Amino acid sequence: MDKVKKTFLYVALSIWAIIQVFPLYYLITFSLKSNGEILGENILGLPIKWLWSNYRKVLNESNLLRYLGNSVFVTVITILCVIIISLMAAYALYRMKWRFQGFFIMFFMLGLTVPIHSSVLPVFVILKKIRLLDTYWALILPYIAFSLSMAILMCSGFLKGVPVELEEAACMDGCGVYKIFWRIIVPIMKPAFTTVAIFTYLSSWNELMFSTIFINSDKFRTLPVGIQMLSSSLITDWGVVGAALVLSLIPTMILYICLSQKVQEGMVMGAVKG
Amino acid sequence: MDKVRSNKKAIVFFMAPAVLFFMIFIIIPIGMSVYYSFMNWDGITRPIFAGLKNYTELFSSITIRFGKSVKNSLLIAFFSTVIQLPVALVFALVLSRVRRGRNTFLTIYFIPVLISSVAIGQLWMRIYNSDYGVLNYLLKTIGLDNLCRNWLGEQSTAMGAVLVPIIWQFIGYHMLILYSGIKAVPETVIEAAKIDGATGVQTARFVIIPMIKPIIKVSTIFAVTGSLKIFDLIYVLTNGGPAHATEVPSTLMINMLFSRNRYGMGSAIVLFIILECFLFSFIIEKVFKERD
Repeated sequence: MDKVKKTFLYVALSIWAIIQVFPLYYLITFSLKSNGEILGENILGLPIKWLWSNYRKVLNESNLLRYLGNSVFVTVITILCVIIISLMAAYALYRMKWRFQGFFIMFFMLGLTVPIHSSVLPVFVILKKIRLLDTYWALILPYIAFSLSMAILMCSGFLKGVPVELEEAACMDGCGVYKIFWRIIVPIMKPAFTTVAIFTYLSSWNELMFSTIFINSDKFRTLPVGIQMLSSSLITDWGVVGAALVLSLIPTMILYICLSQKVQEGMVMGAVKG
Repeated sequence: MDKVRSNKKAIVFFMAPAVLFFMIFIIIPIGMSVYYSFMNWDGITRPIFAGLKNYTELFSSITIRFGKSVKNSLLIAFFSTVIQLPVALVFALVLSRVRRGRNTFLTIYFIPVLISSVAIGQLWMRIYNSDYGVLNYLLKTIGLDNLCRNWLGEQSTAMGAVLVPIIWQFIGYHMLILYSGIKAVPETVIEAAKIDGATGVQTARFVIIPMIKPIIKVSTIFAVTGSLKIFDLIYVLTNGGPAHATEVPSTLMINMLFSRNRYGMGSAIVLFIILECFLFSFIIEKVFKERD
């Protein structure tokens, strides 16, 4: 390809990269500015005076860390449960032999097409009845349910790559099905855990509809609703809100920087197979 | 081995948790939604059977503005498809032709997809802010003061202002999906086209695009159904306002359910959204099949 053409392509790619990143640049810079700079003196440039106190203020004077802790707790428990439950189900569905396998595979794949909207009210009613509304479980339980279909699908993909001979050898040695599952399948499926964990993380960490409606007290609030509340209560203090927003993005960004390939794979797999 | 594989107790043990979660939080709720949608219920008193009244009211009432919300969601679906997909496709094709920095670009393009809608919404609210926002500031610096306005607050501009961040956020997602499809096209096929004298554009048009049609279909279904279901960004940016200008079925549904306690009506909207998504997926499948 000739040079002119190539340069043109790179320029186009770079311009698009700037468009994608510009709002984030704006966010990060205004999180370090005073209101005076944000609202007139220096709207687009780097901060003249780097105001780290915005960060100190939001950490000291708001419940941001509490929300962050809640989000971590809810997400971690959800991920652990999804991994165990989906691997168990995938093993029974794709490796064992029984009559209604086909039906149950369809049953779970149906879940890929059901939007969470359909569950908001019924799950609200159910949670209210069993007195779990406004607890961590009000989020963890539905998040697990809605992550299962995709997790089972992902596990099944990895399971197909596990040679049957491994299980047969273990069986010869007198292992029962539980032992085969724990000793052979679980260790060998570790790569699948990362993919499932990333996908589950992304769908529950940012979830807004359930967390707005099922949680009422500040004590249990997760990050998305938390920063939404914070932003509307600190409406005039842009720098501090910016600091809160930046802090709320850090966990995802760290994850992405460390595992960008895996994150992209997981998201594409979710789309293409679904 | 077969005996071990058909251990009934183990099968029940392995399947039970997944089935239970699925039944309680997904399958039974769908049934409950159907049931509620035929009821007149405020969540406190006993539900009264209302037949199809929720549905007829939904479609005929002028005050609910359901038609407007559906129109808005279709508008989002339309613009998402005709803007997001072509741009994503072009950039995915370009990316597949360059070597250096390919992963860096992909990584950057994908960032907005991962960020929570609340953060994106709060950020764009500030970009659009009528007094201090970047957009108005830029307009003023290039002398277009008369174009400055309260972008999210005026009925005439709110919908457009909401569309931009929606498209901006998910373009990277489609780019990645399409790019992974292009990468799966065998190198030999592309080489063969080149040897036959096809230019880059011709190769893309006549070789690559026909081959990745199934992926384009997936992207289209995602863009359309995602738009029909959209909630997060609109809830954060405008919550359907001003005066229903950006109302979509999801925001209307939440409003019906949890602000006005009209559980029957809210459930009717839920069912409408589900059926609408199925219908559109079905139509898109059909369209792509006929083109083959």
